[in-house]
Amino acid sequence: MMTEILKVQGLRKAFGGVVVANGIDFSLSAGAMHCLIGPNGAGKSSFFRLLLGEHTPDAGTITFDGSDITGLRSFQRIRRGISVKFQVPGIFKALSVRQNLEVAFQEHRHGQSLSATVREMLDFTDLRGEDKTPAGILSHGQQQWLEIAMAVGVEPKLLLLDEPTAGMSPDETRKTGEMLHDLNSRGITILAVEHDMAFVEQIARRVTVLHFGSIFAEGTIAEIIDHPGVQEIYLGTADV
Amino acid sequence: MTISKTSSGSRARNFLARLEGPQTMGRGPAFWTTATVATGAAAAYPLIADAWTVGNAAYFLIWTFMAMGLSVIWGYAGVLSFGQTAFFGLAGYAYGVITLNLGAAYGLTILALVLAVVIGGLFALVIGYFMFYGRIQGVFIGIVTLSVTLVLETFMAQTAGPQWRIGEARLNGFNGMSGMPPLTLPWFGGDIVLYPGPSLYYLLLGLVVVSYLGLRIMLNSRFGNVLVALRENPHRVAMLGYDVRLYQTLAFAIGGAFAALSGALYTAWGQYITPSSMGLTSAALPIVWVAVGGRRDITATLIGTIIVLAGFQMLTIYGSQYALIVMGVLLLVTVLVAPQGLVVGAMTLLGRIFRKGK
Repeated sequence: MMTEILKVQGLRKAFGGVVVANGIDFSLSAGAMHCLIGPNGAGKSSFFRLLLGEHTPDAGTITFDGSDITGLRSFQRIRRGISVKFQVPGIFKALSVRQNLEVAFQEHRHGQSLSATVREMLDFTDLRGEDKTPAGILSHGQQQWLEIAMAVGVEPKLLLLDEPTAGMSPDETRKTGEMLHDLNSRGITILAVEHDMAFVEQIARRVTVLHFGSIFAEGTIAEIIDHPGVQEIYLGTADV
Repeated sequence: MTISKTSSGSRARNFLARLEGPQTMGRGPAFWTTATVATGAAAAYPLIADAWTVGNAAYFLIWTFMAMGLSVIWGYAGVLSFGQTAFFGLAGYAYGVITLNLGAAYGLTILALVLAVVIGGLFALVIGYFMFYGRIQGVFIGIVTLSVTLVLETFMAQTAGPQWRIGEARLNGFNGMSGMPPLTLPWFGGDIVLYPGPSLYYLLLGLVVVSYLGLRIMLNSRFGNVLVALRENPHRVAMLGYDVRLYQTLAFAIGGAFAALSGALYTAWGQYITPSSMGLTSAALPIVWVAVGGRRDITATLIGTIIVLAGFQMLTIYGSQYALIVMGVLLLVTVLVAPQGLVVGAMTLLGRIFRKGK
């Protein structure tokens, strides 16, 4: 059994009468590649915001890499080794691709090491020829890859991905899956929210289903697909 | 940056390399030659102009510090401060109070100048701390900063009574303070008093060059990278592990300190300071200079500010009541026609022609 990198206990958050997290217990072992699915409004994005410190939980604790991070601010959690790629590409549109990467990497690397890492990430994202291009004019898929590269820049132990393939072509989606496998093989634990079940099959070893702010089911992809309750709440009813 | 760090004579080259980067327009031999020629021409100007005109040119240079500071906060870090005059006025009054109490001997006016900048910068640090750590964002920054400068103006305007004095210095309410000594350099065989004229002009020109080069280095540094990233997407910057509040507060304090430098120099130049220096009109003008020149580039801001100030003064001489209206029209035209700034537009055009010519 591998060590737990993330452990969430009794996490609860409500906005007025809307409960977005209703006592979530969740854990992730180091090196995992895990997907979070669930119908719209299930609380997936809110769960990410709670993990990132953008929402303060009403109750519960979040333990990351052995220490309690529930009270930490977002940037402090990032420094501990959590990183995120948002659904809408969160890049610096007026800056060049290279500058985007430099801002992401410069806290950890300097001088020669910084330029070497930037080169490596340009290769990784297939953006070699685009390093001087303003990031805002890249294609949607390229912007998504650039943000993944930036998220990796903080040298995370855990990478959160909110619908990394939203709006991508099938080819781009497949390539993104390969990138994530590559990152995972370098030791980065990956937790992704995803709607595209084909993509979930490509990347995830285990899947957790959220429903009404609670964990509804958890298991391998085959177990989840065969789960009658899951089919009812999600796969069978929502046309994705 | 293309200049290799391993080549010989690398110290000078390293310095030059740090001046250039994606955050500032203008690079390479052509740009630096032009800049050197322009500085040389500015240095030769007192040789061909009379002392009054040179003193007047010094007046233009005084304001460029506040403009460059606003460019850092607004153009680079994306935070519109409408109240740079608060730090300008505070430092102006601080220079007056300190020099009226300490006198001008032993170079104490220089100490007063430094203290005034420190006071203005610290005040900006405190205001910035409460704004950014209090999660005030966007247009509300403009409202808070404008309120601060207007409150200071109102406060200083009611200090007419004799009880409003700090040591020897009467604050004098609406009429403002006057009679403080100009900057005075201690020198063998008699102090050099920097009245508006060639001597003050040279000091200011030197300060402009040092400030401009210093800011270029800062803006192209890792700190500058983060400031520009903040303008583009503060949320992403936080999610890269940066303490956004800290960077915004520091940028605001730096911009405030430059406004304070303008304020203290202004008081030393004219030997007076009034509450209206913190009023609504005064607060709006730096925004016009910086927007018209091009707020997102420090060079464009510097050039634009001097051009707009010179134009503004000509307008005030030949038709005073219209000058402010023309300023407003200029701002509108800039926003509508060249939102990135007229000087930035011109520089981009020149760059394109130059490259084509090659």
